Amino acid sequence: MSMHLNRPASSFEVRRATRASRVAVAGLLIVALAVASAPWWAGRGALHDFVQLASYLVFAMMWNLLAGYGGMVSIGQQAFFGIGGYGMLILSNYGGVSPFVAVPLAAVIATVVAIPVSRVAFRLEGGYFAIGTWVIAEVFRLTVANVSVLGGGSGTSLTALQDVPRALRESLTLWLALAIVAAAIGLVYVFLRSRAGLALTAMRDNAVAASSQGVDVKRARLIVYLVSACGAALAGGLYFLGNLRISPDAAFSVNWTAFGIFIVMIGGLGTLEGPIIGALIFFVLNRFLSDYGTWYLIGLGALAIVVTMFFPQGLWGFVSSRFGLQLFPVGRRVVFVDAGPAQKRTTGGMADPLDTPQATHRA
Amino acid sequence: MNTVINIVVQGVLLGALYGLFAMGQSLVFGVMRLTNTAHGDFIVLLVFVLFALTAFAHLPLAVAIVLLLVIAFGAGYAVQYAILNRVSSRDPLPSLIVTFGLSIVIQNVLQQVFSADPRSIATGSFEAKSLTLAGGITLGYLPLVTLAAAVALAFAMQWLFGRTPLGRAFRATSDDREIVQLMGVSYRRTYALAMGIAFVLIAVAAALYSMRTAVSPTDGPALLLYAFEAVIIGGMGSFWGTFVGGMALGIAQQAGFYFDPGWGIWLGHVVFLCVLVARPQGLLPKTA
Repeated sequence: MSMHLNRPASSFEVRRATRASRVAVAGLLIVALAVASAPWWAGRGALHDFVQLASYLVFAMMWNLLAGYGGMVSIGQQAFFGIGGYGMLILSNYGGVSPFVAVPLAAVIATVVAIPVSRVAFRLEGGYFAIGTWVIAEVFRLTVANVSVLGGGSGTSLTALQDVPRALRESLTLWLALAIVAAAIGLVYVFLRSRAGLALTAMRDNAVAASSQGVDVKRARLIVYLVSACGAALAGGLYFLGNLRISPDAAFSVNWTAFGIFIVMIGGLGTLEGPIIGALIFFVLNRFLSDYGTWYLIGLGALAIVVTMFFPQGLWGFVSSRFGLQLFPVGRRVVFVDAGPAQKRTTGGMADPLDTPQATHRA
Repeated sequence: MNTVINIVVQGVLLGALYGLFAMGQSLVFGVMRLTNTAHGDFIVLLVFVLFALTAFAHLPLAVAIVLLLVIAFGAGYAVQYAILNRVSSRDPLPSLIVTFGLSIVIQNVLQQVFSADPRSIATGSFEAKSLTLAGGITLGYLPLVTLAAAVALAFAMQWLFGRTPLGRAFRATSDDREIVQLMGVSYRRTYALAMGIAFVLIAVAAALYSMRTAVSPTDGPALLLYAFEAVIIGGMGSFWGTFVGGMALGIAQQAGFYFDPGWGIWLGHVVFLCVLVARPQGLLPKTA
């Protein structure tokens, strides 16, 4: 992963990887292999758990991309989650498409739907944008609830998989989940490291200043919005493929966004590592405490309030600044390598300057 | 023809309630630039406080409502002072997340304490009384009282904002909260007062709403969206705008309900989105 842009004429190099990032990539590959072989060693419950975890993770990553990098706080991402779920179901039940192909196809549909939706939503900014997107999600929920072909308010089942043996179905769903998670992490990582990602980070920190440096803020916002709609739809299609049953209240529930916000805030907003850690924490909490019903939700809400008020950088932000770790370095760090007396101090004492957290992350 | 008149009349009466919901939201937007996603849940919370005062403490309704207004002012002041002042900044994210968290906490605490059953406030059949106009159009007394309250409060808020020292402090703090401190105005205290007053408006809305229909602990988000839509349709910065926005939303929903009960709320949302596209500044934006 290391990418040293050595320029012969000058005496510096741009570092884009850290020791931790190389370890992280190796670790993720091992985890991916373990999950991929899970059908041969894990129980059915574990496979289903992973598919759910993958949906939460991808959905939260996309909310993080939108809010943490794009600066657009949405409470309406469940719109695209639901479109992903219903799109997958309609394509497979009525269109004869294999559900495993229908999941990415539904994500493409959601991305296309997001284009006109963005024209409406972008009329609003900040907090107004947040509630405006919620209204849009409600329009989708009420529309689907009123369409009787789709089972109306009580929903419908995915019947297209009836003839597929259960073991095969569960394995294929797991592999699709793994592929979607890998693609989401990989694509977001590559995107944030690209020119467009740099523009996005600049825009997040100060939209006016970024605009003055030639960043097309409007276009960058639109791209982020479309990418995150696509990802949320992938998460939705995957979730309901694992669930086999869908209803408007479940698919377009604002709870999806609430869980996404919780995951991102606990893990660390505006970091790639944050949602991964947050999703794991949320999944464990959900697994062991959701039986407590209202008390569990009161606890989640209160925890989100406390974290936002007192630990706004989240768990990963804390670890990253305390121990100087970056698993997915998206920034660039200039390191002077010649022995000039003026520059020597900048490298002195630091093993690997990119390992320091102030490289790119929001203060 | 009668049907159209009836839709408009009932829409205006329903819209008065939405206008009431929205005035508190409008005040909070205007003074604090705060997007309070728990606004609807605060309305529901006060409904349940009123329910507890009348059904558990057995207070007469009038006494309970007066007490509710006092409790509301104190609660609003305290919420703003203790929690929301800490997260108010140019970045909308912290306040959005904190109010969203509050919304989840309030919904679930109410479910835990009062169960998920919808509750309403008994008024001794007042809510069923109505007068019938020529052409068979009926006007309920309660909706008429609601309309009168909405008009009176829009007048009162417009006067408070335009003509009183407190209103001046609100407007100045809204413009620049750093500079007002040089004039001896604490923005923290001003914000807390504004939220206290917003809660009084919410309490009036909550009382009238709970007499009209049964309210369940999870109704808050829907009320938030109606209030928000009324504010945006009406145009930011004027209470009359908010009032008119509520009417427009009420008429749109009534028209939708007339065609099919399933599409009423939907049509309200869609009309809101159309206004947003066609006239993003709202119907009655503040021109001054």
